[in-house]
Amino acid sequence: MHAEATQAADNMGKQVGEMIMHHITNGNEVDLGFTKIHLPAITPFEVAGVHVDMSISKVVFFMMVAAFLLVLMALVVRRKVGLVPRGMANFVETLVLFIRDDVAKQTMGKDAAAKYTPYLASTFFFILTCNLLGILPGGTTPTGNVNVTAGLAAIAFFMIQFAGIKKLGVGGWLGHLMPPGVPWWLAPVMIIVEILGMFAKPFALCIRLFANMVAGHVVILSLIGLVFILGWAITPITVGFGLFMYILELFVALLQAYVFTILTSLFIGLLVHSEH
Amino acid sequence: MEGLAHLAAGIGAGLAVIGGGYGIGQLARGAMEGTARQPSASNDIRTSMIIAAALIEGVTLFAEVVCILLAFK
Repeated sequence: MHAEATQAADNMGKQVGEMIMHHITNGNEVDLGFTKIHLPAITPFEVAGVHVDMSISKVVFFMMVAAFLLVLMALVVRRKVGLVPRGMANFVETLVLFIRDDVAKQTMGKDAAAKYTPYLASTFFFILTCNLLGILPGGTTPTGNVNVTAGLAAIAFFMIQFAGIKKLGVGGWLGHLMPPGVPWWLAPVMIIVEILGMFAKPFALCIRLFANMVAGHVVILSLIGLVFILGWAITPITVGFGLFMYILELFVALLQAYVFTILTSLFIGLLVHSEH
Repeated sequence: MEGLAHLAAGIGAGLAVIGGGYGIGQLARGAMEGTARQPSASNDIRTSMIIAAALIEGVTLFAEVVCILLAFK
């Protein structure tokens, strides 16, 4: 009897594990709970020996939703801007001003801030919307997929280097690989370290966003899964902790969008606003 | 062998959390002391604290991702 119960719990544990993996991996259907929407598949083709699958997956679908929502927001906000914005426009203006004044200006000075605020604001709003979409029932977090965050980090990487080259010129940009005041015989080491750092920064951005978003989902689902493994008596505890994690996730969604934006801004600022 | 990988993943995740938690704890202590001594600088201190916390967290998350790979591989 006891062995059977252990066996049953073990099986349930495996099923919960599969459920979690299913939730955090990409798929080709959107599961709304009561119904499943199959997304259109496009036959994969080969380009120069590389397998290309352009099908619209779950993650791509929710990225489109996020983009659509942002365009809609922009249209609503720009419709009628009086001297004193109200409602939605007021809310968006607060966030944009925050990004311009507290994020961009503080990290890269006034001139560069005016240039790069549009990019930073776009990044912030897109990541924030993507993060929040995963909290809705039936939703998926596009930023909980490492490919999406890698794409965002790649854009940030090109943006940082572009800003550096534009400000310093190609010669100056190459010159920053060798910081001043370092003895000449350290040059080989310093240049390698600087080039590694150049790639490590966006890599860290990518992993940080991805891991933060996945971790929250895994913790919430594991807590809910405990009910099926340990029985109904555990419900009050799991629901309590689950609700706590859910609210924490709301905060983390905002915080990670902010952290991604301010770090990108800081890296641009380090190149553009540097003393040397 | 799979059991060993799971064990390693669990121990590794715990160790990474100890390191990251200690680091962010020290950082918060410094920031709070700074704010208490100089309340007018609290905005600057908060911004630099969040940046530094994000960098520490990033290193910790590298370790956690390695642990996840060990557990799910």
